[in-house]
Amino acid sequence: MSRLVELRTAVLAHNDDLARALRADLAAAGAAAVNLLSSPGSGKTALLERLLTRARALEIPVAALTGDIATENDARRLARSGAPVRQVLTGGLCHLEADLVRDHLAGWLPADTRLLFVENVGNLVCPAAYDLGERVRVVLASVTEGEDKPIKYPAAYHWADLVILTKTDLAAACAFDESAFAAAVSSVAPGARVVRTSATSGEGVEELLQVLLELAGVAEAPGGRGQTPSVPGRDGERAGSVPVLAPGRR
Amino acid sequence: MHELSIAYATVRSLEEQLPGQQVLGVRLRVGVLAGVVPEALQFGWDIAISGTAMAGSALTIEHVPLPMACSVCEYVGLTGSPPPISCPACGAVAVPTAAGRELEIASVELADGPEPHDPNVRGSREQDEGVVNSVAEL
Repeated sequence: MSRLVELRTAVLAHNDDLARALRADLAAAGAAAVNLLSSPGSGKTALLERLLTRARALEIPVAALTGDIATENDARRLARSGAPVRQVLTGGLCHLEADLVRDHLAGWLPADTRLLFVENVGNLVCPAAYDLGERVRVVLASVTEGEDKPIKYPAAYHWADLVILTKTDLAAACAFDESAFAAAVSSVAPGARVVRTSATSGEGVEELLQVLLELAGVAEAPGGRGQTPSVPGRDGERAGSVPVLAPGRR
Repeated sequence: MHELSIAYATVRSLEEQLPGQQVLGVRLRVGVLAGVVPEALQFGWDIAISGTAMAGSALTIEHVPLPMACSVCEYVGLTGSPPPISCPACGAVAVPTAAGRELEIASVELADGPEPHDPNVRGSREQDEGVVNSVAEL
């Protein structure tokens, strides 16, 4: 004899609970996270370096976590912007999860951060299933990947708040059909906005930054920066880190 | 290939919900946009349950279809493919909703023993045979 017990519980409930708490903690600290998803080689890191550099020039407090299976190469590249950057090494895991993000932010994220970029592991399948506590989910596609990428990876695109087209400087060389791409995006993510960018020429970087600030809800009026006072350092924590993200809280 | 992570998350969730219970079978509901490959999840299951109270248990994966009412051609029914959210009649795509993303533990089959302490967990006694068929409507 055996008995059947109905549960109806989400498999990823633990991750989703952590993500919700992280989103709330970040919001309470005046920050919002942007989750960047794409296939490997689509240009996430190059574009993010341009974005961080531009944000720094405009004195918008930004920070970035960058996820990879191996190497700290991306963190080194992004750190050239001058923004606080931290590498998340997954050690083989093909995606980031909320607890990895939370653990890497704890005691590290500067208190004045407004926009926190989280560069996911390059992969359009697995990361789509995990809420990282982001306010904005972004999917990037490069012109070299072909116009039908959104249709091939509907789960990644379907819930994207924003789609970024990258490497537009190569569009002519690839005979990239932009209207076909736009149609593909609207077919899996009706209403999603598309921003064209080139990390090489700088096209779209300024527009993208403004769109992200707007979507993240952290856009500020001129002179509105620095409203959140930095907090004194505590034992074992970097001075001025966000106090609400206490290490080890589960 | 995050199915192994999904398998471990399922085991962890069951260990928390049903501590000390011997699990004979687990039924998962998987939506068309959950991004889970059933074969990979079955493979990961055997690894994840090793050494746990779920060791030896059978995993049943229930595919959850996505209903749609097409705004273009007025088709009403289940979505087609590709993408798995499109109208099989005209190819238009369903408007994004939470549907399609289902990834949940529908039910578990437990060896006979004490009732779970959690009053929110609904239990029903079943015969030895036909357990899976009896929850086909879940």
